[in-house]
Amino acid sequence: MWEYTDKVLEYFRNPKNMGEIEDPDGIGEVGSLDCGDVMRLTLKIEPETEKILDAKFKTFGCASAIASASILTELIIGKTVDEALKVTDKQIIEELGGLPCAKIHCSVMGYDALVAAINNYRGIDKKEGNVICKCFNVTDKHIEEVVREHNLHTIEEITNYTKAGGGCGKCHPEIQEILDRIWE
Amino acid sequence: MTYTDNNATTRVADEVLEAMLPFFSEKYGNPASMYLFAQESKHPIDAARKQVADFLNAGSTEAIIFTSCGTESNNTAIFGALAALPGKNHFITTAVEHPSVLNLAKELEKRGYSTTILPVDNKGLISLDVLRDSITENTALVSIMWANNETGVISPLEEACAICHEKGVLFHTDAVQSAGKIPIDVQKADVDLLSISGHKIHAPKGIGALYVKSGTRMKPLLIGGHHENGRRAGTQNVQGIVGLGKACELASIFIEDEVTRVKELRDKLESGLLKRIPKSHVNGSIENRIPNTTNITFEFIEGEAMLLSMSDFGICASSGSACTSGSLEPSHVLLAMGVPHSLAHGAVRFSLSRYNTEEDIDYIIEKLPGVIERLREMSPFG
Repeated sequence: MWEYTDKVLEYFRNPKNMGEIEDPDGIGEVGSLDCGDVMRLTLKIEPETEKILDAKFKTFGCASAIASASILTELIIGKTVDEALKVTDKQIIEELGGLPCAKIHCSVMGYDALVAAINNYRGIDKKEGNVICKCFNVTDKHIEEVVREHNLHTIEEITNYTKAGGGCGKCHPEIQEILDRIWE
Repeated sequence: MTYTDNNATTRVADEVLEAMLPFFSEKYGNPASMYLFAQESKHPIDAARKQVADFLNAGSTEAIIFTSCGTESNNTAIFGALAALPGKNHFITTAVEHPSVLNLAKELEKRGYSTTILPVDNKGLISLDVLRDSITENTALVSIMWANNETGVISPLEEACAICHEKGVLFHTDAVQSAGKIPIDVQKADVDLLSISGHKIHAPKGIGALYVKSGTRMKPLLIGGHHENGRRAGTQNVQGIVGLGKACELASIFIEDEVTRVKELRDKLESGLLKRIPKSHVNGSIENRIPNTTNITFEFIEGEAMLLSMSDFGICASSGSACTSGSLEPSHVLLAMGVPHSLAHGAVRFSLSRYNTEEDIDYIIEKLPGVIERLREMSPFG
C-alpha cells in the first residue's frame, strides 16, 4: 500500500542502535499504545562536553516509525546536546529519502522523542498546552509549533504531521481556529 | 509465496480462466446486438446466470443480476430497495459491516434517512433482541452481513431475517465473505436481497452478482440501456460473467473441502501460532465463524511492521492496525467488538482458500515466531 524508499526498508529490516541504554542520562518517550505508535529514546551524555556518546531507541509502530527512530539515533550520536536539538524532522525524512504523506508524523515523533529526552536530561518538565485532539492526545501548543515550523495551512497537513484530527474529527473546528489565529 | 489473504482477494481458478478466454478475442460480440455472432456471447450469459442461481439455490435465474463487484451489489440493493419505498426512511445495519454498507449508511443520513447501527458484543455478534426493538413502522430495510471479512464471524442470519419479515421489513445480506466458504441457500434463509463478489471466490476482479427475491420492488442504481432486464444498465462483462458462473459451480463442488480440509488447515495454523507465540489470542467468536479465517492479536507490536516482515518471507496476510487501514484509526470491526486500540493495532488476519496446503501452514508456523520476537525486542513494551 505505502511506497517506501529502499532506505526506509533497510532501516526497518536492519535497524541501527535498537535497544535501551543502561543507566541513561536522558529518556524520552512519546506516543501511546492506543495511538499505534510509541518511541522511546535513551541517551548517554558526557557531562563535561554534553556530547551524546550513545543513543538507543525502542519503537512500537510501523516501518516508518522504526526507521525514523533508528536514523534519528545515527543523526545525533557524536553531536552535543545543543547541536542535536537542531536536528529536525525534515532532516529525518531527507535522510530516509522521503516518507509517504500520511507517515510524516513518524518523523515528527522522532523529533519529539529527542526533545523529550533532552528535556529529561536537563530536568525540564515540559507538559504544556491543552489537549485539542482527544483521539491522539495532541495539545494546541504542539499543533502551533508544528504549524509554524512547517508552514502548514490545512487541517489535512496538520493530521499528516501530528495525527490530530485524524480520528473522530470533532476537533476540526478548534484546529481551524488555531490556523486562523496563526495566519490571520 | 505463501498466500493467506484470501478474504482480500483470491487467485482466478484455472478452470475459470479457461472458461473466460474465448470471450476476449473470439466470441467478443455485444450480447445486446442483433446478429448471430452476438448470440455466442448472449447464451453463455444465460448459462452463467443459471450456475449462479443454482449455487445460491435461488430457484429462478430471473432473480440474479450481474454487477461489477460486491460494492456495487450492496449499493444496488440498498439504494434500490429504499428508493422503491419512498414512504419509509429508516435503515438498520451493523457496526461491523464492510465500508460499502457502513459508509453508505452515513451517506443515507446526509440524504435525510435515519439510520440505526446495531452494536456487536465482544464475539462480534449482534443481539437479536436489540434488532427486534430497533425496527419501527418507518423501517424500510435491514442489512446484516452473513460473515465478517476481518474476523470471519457468522451472523445469526436466518433468525435476523425472520424477525425482519415478522415486522414486514425487507432484509439484505452482504454474503461476499460467506459465499464459497459455507453453504448458502437463499430460499432456506429466505432473504430478499443478497450480494456476492467474484474475486473472493476465484473469479476475476470486476464482477459480482445480486440476488433479488421475486416480487421485491427495486429501482436501478445504474441507469442507461435496458441490460439485465432493465435492472442494471451497462454492457455486460461477458467474460467476467462466464467466469463468475464457473467459479460458483466450482464453489459448490469444493464446499465440502472448504468446511473440512481448509478448516483443519486454519485450525492447525491458529493453534500452532497461539502455542508458539505467548501473549497472543484470537479476536471474535471461535464457534461461529467461516472455516478459513483466523484473526489473531499479537501484543506489544504493530500490524504493518508484522505484515512487512512477513512479506520478506513471502507470507501475505492483512492487519487491523491503523497503519494498514488507510486511516489513522485501527479496524472499525475490532473497535466495535470492544477490542482496545492497543490490541487492535496488533491484529493480523490469515484467510485461507482451497489452494492452501499443509506446507503453507507449516511454513508460517515456522517463521512467524521469529518475526514476532524480533519486533517485540524492538518494542518498548516487549
